[in-house]
Amino acid sequence: MKVCMFHLMPYRDLPADFDKRYNSAYLDPVWFDVADPDKVTQYYNATLDELIFAAKSGFHGLCTNQHHQTVYGFMANPSLMASVLARQTNGDNVAIIQLGSTLPSTSPPTRIAEEYAMLDCISGGRLVAGFPTGLPTDATISNGVIPVDQREMFREALALVKKSWSAREIFAWNGKHYQLGMVNLWPRPIQQPSPPIWIPGSGISTTAEFVVDQDYCFCQLSYYGAKNAEQASDRYWEMVAQKGRDDNPYRLSFLQLIGVAETDAEAEDLYAEHAEYFFHKLLHTPQHYQVVPGCLEYGALVQALRNTAGGSLNLRQLKAKDFFNQGFVVVGSPKTVREQLMDGIKRLRIGHLLTLLQFGSMPTEVCKNNIGLFAREVLPHLEGIWDDKYEDRWWPQRLRARHPKHAMAATS
Amino acid sequence: MAEAEVRRLHLWQNRIEAEVEVSGSGKPMLYFHGPWGLDADRPFVKRLADRHTVYAPKFLGTSRDDPNAIHVIDDWLDLLVYHAELIEKLALTEPSAVGHSFGALLAAEIAAASPSAIGKLAMVAPVGLWSDERPVKNWMVLSDTARRAALFPDPDSAVARQFFDAPKDLDGRVDKLAKFIWAQACSGKFVWPVPDRGFKNRSHRIAAPALIIWGAQDSIVAPAYAQDFARLIKGARVAMIADAGHLPHLEQRPPNFSKGCGSDPEPGPRIRVIGNFWIEAGIDDEARADHGNCVSAARPIIQ
Repeated sequence: MKVCMFHLMPYRDLPADFDKRYNSAYLDPVWFDVADPDKVTQYYNATLDELIFAAKSGFHGLCTNQHHQTVYGFMANPSLMASVLARQTNGDNVAIIQLGSTLPSTSPPTRIAEEYAMLDCISGGRLVAGFPTGLPTDATISNGVIPVDQREMFREALALVKKSWSAREIFAWNGKHYQLGMVNLWPRPIQQPSPPIWIPGSGISTTAEFVVDQDYCFCQLSYYGAKNAEQASDRYWEMVAQKGRDDNPYRLSFLQLIGVAETDAEAEDLYAEHAEYFFHKLLHTPQHYQVVPGCLEYGALVQALRNTAGGSLNLRQLKAKDFFNQGFVVVGSPKTVREQLMDGIKRLRIGHLLTLLQFGSMPTEVCKNNIGLFAREVLPHLEGIWDDKYEDRWWPQRLRARHPKHAMAATS
Repeated sequence: MAEAEVRRLHLWQNRIEAEVEVSGSGKPMLYFHGPWGLDADRPFVKRLADRHTVYAPKFLGTSRDDPNAIHVIDDWLDLLVYHAELIEKLALTEPSAVGHSFGALLAAEIAAASPSAIGKLAMVAPVGLWSDERPVKNWMVLSDTARRAALFPDPDSAVARQFFDAPKDLDGRVDKLAKFIWAQACSGKFVWPVPDRGFKNRSHRIAAPALIIWGAQDSIVAPAYAQDFARLIKGARVAMIADAGHLPHLEQRPPNFSKGCGSDPEPGPRIRVIGNFWIEAGIDDEARADHGNCVSAARPIIQ
């Protein structure tokens, strides 16, 4: 299996009373009231350093993502981050995974096609092209996308991007949402006709169905841990089977918050404040910012209303021990973490584990220790899972070789 | 009153099956519901139907079993041509047009696009204009509590409860909430994120006598917009309703008209604006100049 480092790039030093002053990590906090530009300079550079350190430590992929107008994570343009990562990891067997640029928020979407093509060229064909539909807070509120049009725009934009990557002839695009008279992209991705495509989503709905139909990889970006995702993953694999697709675990990527230390007690003590910071401050976004009318198609809306009839979870009422005990965060000694992750990986059939090893207020030294220990004591025990039975068809071709250093020789 | 007849019209190259609820008797009147769907406005439609034959189309995507109709109409041009087709199919001659909020903007846009198609126009708390000094509150991005307070001056009133409360059984609850949310999604397609799509450039075309009705405590669209609309629509009159927010047509009911300025020849400080729908108009500036705090001489322009 593949183990990747995911990063949100959050604001790590929010004031202690942040969760009393603001009812949302998104949209409400004003930059000048909260942010220290010098610290933000440190965050961007620390984030890049941490990801590069993960690459050098043996992780298989580095994941960036896009959010707007929030302290929760403000890689407003993930391609900017990835361009640094691609350059700094040239010669390494590391995928650059964009999870990614939001198509409906970018017009024309060929702009993203160009950026991704540049990244594929800079990295020597190591790009994984992730395309989120975009959270309502990002796409519709921050970027003005009409909620009910968002998914339709996403699908048209993705079709346009794919065609722009591989078309041998100059073409015109006459779509419903986009019209372009001449499309002849420079550059094109090295990986033809397209880099592997991953689509993130937070639940199993119309997005997951689209992903299976298109034979892409579905990335479940849940913050509640593998332990709480069994029902969702079962539904996903049922859908995969119903649509006649194979049971290749690389169809599924899964995000997991992880904290490793020498002992269980040390880990729980070390990561408690950062877990509470993450769930209390960064993840707290009120429902009315998350469920803008129209962001879910009608059928999915009805289903969501049925599913949430019992009410939603108030994360601010939970403490670190709850996040640990309930599996939101996997913390412990390398042995504990290994065992919990292996259980989750096998139970959910996860092909790509996206590890969130920096979360909340975690400082860079603690994060690097987390990465280092995980890379030494945990990762080697996970990477052999699945490989004897399944090929990762959603991984850059040049990195699929059993000895990929040879494959990378041309670009190192 | 008898239940409304539901007419199903096949429109737009048969790609849309539109439901139009027809009720009452009298001169023809179109009613364009607000962002929360026809269900929410039905008590008002029933009152209109006492004196009119009311044709109340469900907005795109809100007709039964056809939520995806919203994806068939692309933009305001399509929307106006679609409604021209709908009115033509109903074979109405110069109907009066009444609308609330988004529906009021739609009625006004139809009246501007086809000046001879609409006989009289009444707009209840329309959206469609924008001032940076008084931004229109985005009703689609409010918490339940804030939305309730923004829509109703008394968020615990019986009208507010009727508007928001969902049935206790799961099926009924999901059905009401899904319709309530989806109706906002569908109308939102044409006013997101800022409900100014250029009506000010077309308003001069309206030829119908127009009445602009506003709740004096509207905290979604500030009451000052009433005069902005009045300036843009030739001859338009404003009726400002005290003790009402963004949904004056639901909040104010005929029994209220017993209180007020007893010296008026009409019963109370109300003007008769739409059939038997009586509203208070005591704080309209223009009216105050003529009649002190009360308006009693206003004519029922939509009859």
